[in-house]
Amino acid sequence: MDIKNAIGEQRHSYSGHNPAWAALLSVVPGLGQLYNRRWIKGVLLLVFGLSLIYTLSVPLFNGIVGLIGLGDDPELDDSRTLLVQGILSVILTVILLGLYALNLNDAYRDAKKRQAGVRTPSVRQAFHDSWEHGFPYFVVIPNFIMMALIVIFPLLFMISLAFTNYNLYNSPPAHLLDWVGFANFKALFTEAVWSKSLLSVLAWTVVWTLVATTLQITLAFFLAVMINDSRVRFKKLIRTVFILPWAVPSFMTVLVFAAMFNDNFGAINRDIFSHFGVMIPWLSDPLWARIAIIGIQVWLGFPYVFTLITGVLQSISKDWYEAADVDGGSRWKKFRYITMPHVLYATAPLLIMQYSQNFNNFNLIYLFNKGGPPVSGQNSGATDILISWVYSLTFNENNYKMAAAISIIMGIVVAAFAFYQFRRTRSFREEDMY
Amino acid sequence: MKASMRSALEVSGIYVIVLIMFAVILYPLVWAFSMSLNPGTSLFALKLIPDNWSLEHYRWLFTNPRSDYALWYKNTLIVAFANGIASVCLVTILAYAFSRFRFVGRKNSIYTFLLLQMFPVLMGMVAIYLLLNTVNLLDTFTGLILIYVFGGLPMNVFLVKGYLDTIPRDLDESAKMDGAGYMTIFFRILIPLAKPIVAVVALFTFMAPFFDFLTPRIIIRSPEKFTLALGLYNFINDKFANNFTIFAAGTILIALPIATVFLLLQRYLISGLADGATKG
Repeated sequence: MDIKNAIGEQRHSYSGHNPAWAALLSVVPGLGQLYNRRWIKGVLLLVFGLSLIYTLSVPLFNGIVGLIGLGDDPELDDSRTLLVQGILSVILTVILLGLYALNLNDAYRDAKKRQAGVRTPSVRQAFHDSWEHGFPYFVVIPNFIMMALIVIFPLLFMISLAFTNYNLYNSPPAHLLDWVGFANFKALFTEAVWSKSLLSVLAWTVVWTLVATTLQITLAFFLAVMINDSRVRFKKLIRTVFILPWAVPSFMTVLVFAAMFNDNFGAINRDIFSHFGVMIPWLSDPLWARIAIIGIQVWLGFPYVFTLITGVLQSISKDWYEAADVDGGSRWKKFRYITMPHVLYATAPLLIMQYSQNFNNFNLIYLFNKGGPPVSGQNSGATDILISWVYSLTFNENNYKMAAAISIIMGIVVAAFAFYQFRRTRSFREEDMY
Repeated sequence: MKASMRSALEVSGIYVIVLIMFAVILYPLVWAFSMSLNPGTSLFALKLIPDNWSLEHYRWLFTNPRSDYALWYKNTLIVAFANGIASVCLVTILAYAFSRFRFVGRKNSIYTFLLLQMFPVLMGMVAIYLLLNTVNLLDTFTGLILIYVFGGLPMNVFLVKGYLDTIPRDLDESAKMDGAGYMTIFFRILIPLAKPIVAVVALFTFMAPFFDFLTPRIIIRSPEKFTLALGLYNFINDKFANNFTIFAAGTILIALPIATVFLLLQRYLISGLADGATKG
């Protein structure tokens, strides 16, 4: 501390310079910087800041007012446009406030430096410095703004829709939307059709995610350990064929399966089950449709896990098994205490991701049977999972408000899961090492 | 004697299971392939082994004036290349910033990315539609590519960042000593070392437009801008049973090149994926 002061004294310190003043003056962007005698920076900020305020304050204000009221006159106002503009205004305001805070902070810090007697850098030096220290910001900020538009904005929009009365019968531009509070959620939990549908979709989503994913992992694990046996030959051929379902685009295989499982002309009924004199209603019976869908997902999903586990198995040192042989460990014990821990430790994050992928596995559900067959007394199909239900509510029935409300419930599930995964992912524990 | 008997039995048991798996895996693939070679269009009269093979459906796709297949292929390639190139550029530089720099808001940004990659893009489709409508990008490739690039960004950045974290920092420190700038370090040191994961991102982002029928279905309206997945989906969705053989031919022509690339690169891809995720 003393040394610092001593150097400061030598360099001619401005002890009268007050950082608090600098920050306070920066309430008008640039003035604080001028007070710090950083002329070019100050003028640039002043011009930039004033022109932003001049051009944006009215549209931003109108945007937020529009968001609150959602329009007065259906002839003039389109509530959807107002909603879009309103949310964009809020996002932009938050970004601008962030920049404003940076401006205050910058003036304060420069003043501190000046007070301590650090020389004001030349313009050239300043440009160089801002490239040195600012590099990550130059990279991250533009991308973040785009992400805010394309990923965060839609999520916010979806959340807002859940609190409006936007459906097929009350849709802009003919009608205005209104904020309705939690009415949609109330309907979702209290009206018989909705609560019954929600309950059955939720239950099936959970069963589907757990059963399909666990089956595909178990099958892959079993096959990988089996093929890894030193007595098995043609390993390369076997592994290549086992990867095929992953290599062929799933969009196409699912449609092929939809044709094969067709109740009337499908190959599975005609070629296989007709010999036993049965025709199984794969697409029209809820239970059979569910069984078929789980089977297809296992077919589609096991090769990825199989390849992962095969990779890990090859990296386990032979010494472990030899040591176990010396101790007379049985085959099951070797599997349980050597193979299992190794594989699970190395692949756990990827296996967890398999569960979250199946939770959102829209393609399979929709392409196979569009969530059907229909169930009486419900407005969701028997194989609908949350995401496919949201899709059909949105695009087939235009029931935006309920789709949005269900999305929020889905989002809560996803976020809870994400939180759980954060805490387990190693990369976050190692974050603090730097 | 007894032990070798048991071993032989076990091995044959394994082979039996392998053969059953082969049958289950190959049955639908072979079935689709033979459908595409069946003359006639009705699924009702088709056989697994047709009486006479024919390439008429493949010819139909490229020569019939009612078929837009070649156009769809071209559209998909445009979108796929643009998506692959743009994604690789943005993803690698962002991952570099997150992996190698300490800056204000870094940790929160990573949390945001991690959280966002959990939400399917599908959830915000209505908003994306309205947004693109507001900025006049509806029914354009630009709009579609933007959604692909930024929708996939969080997931891919996380993947590449995990991989870059495994590359020792001493390497860039010493290059910095020798006077290398950020961009030199990035292009000369990190990118060459991160090739496997860059290949994964390039391939996945390139392939996404081939698989995805949903995003174009919402964004693209005019038939001359359809991508393969959307075009084929509409084609089969109208008259499922009657167009199936042509659909099968169309998909075989997509599946063959993709499966070939996939099988050729599999080792590379898996090492990239597994290293990024497990060490990350």
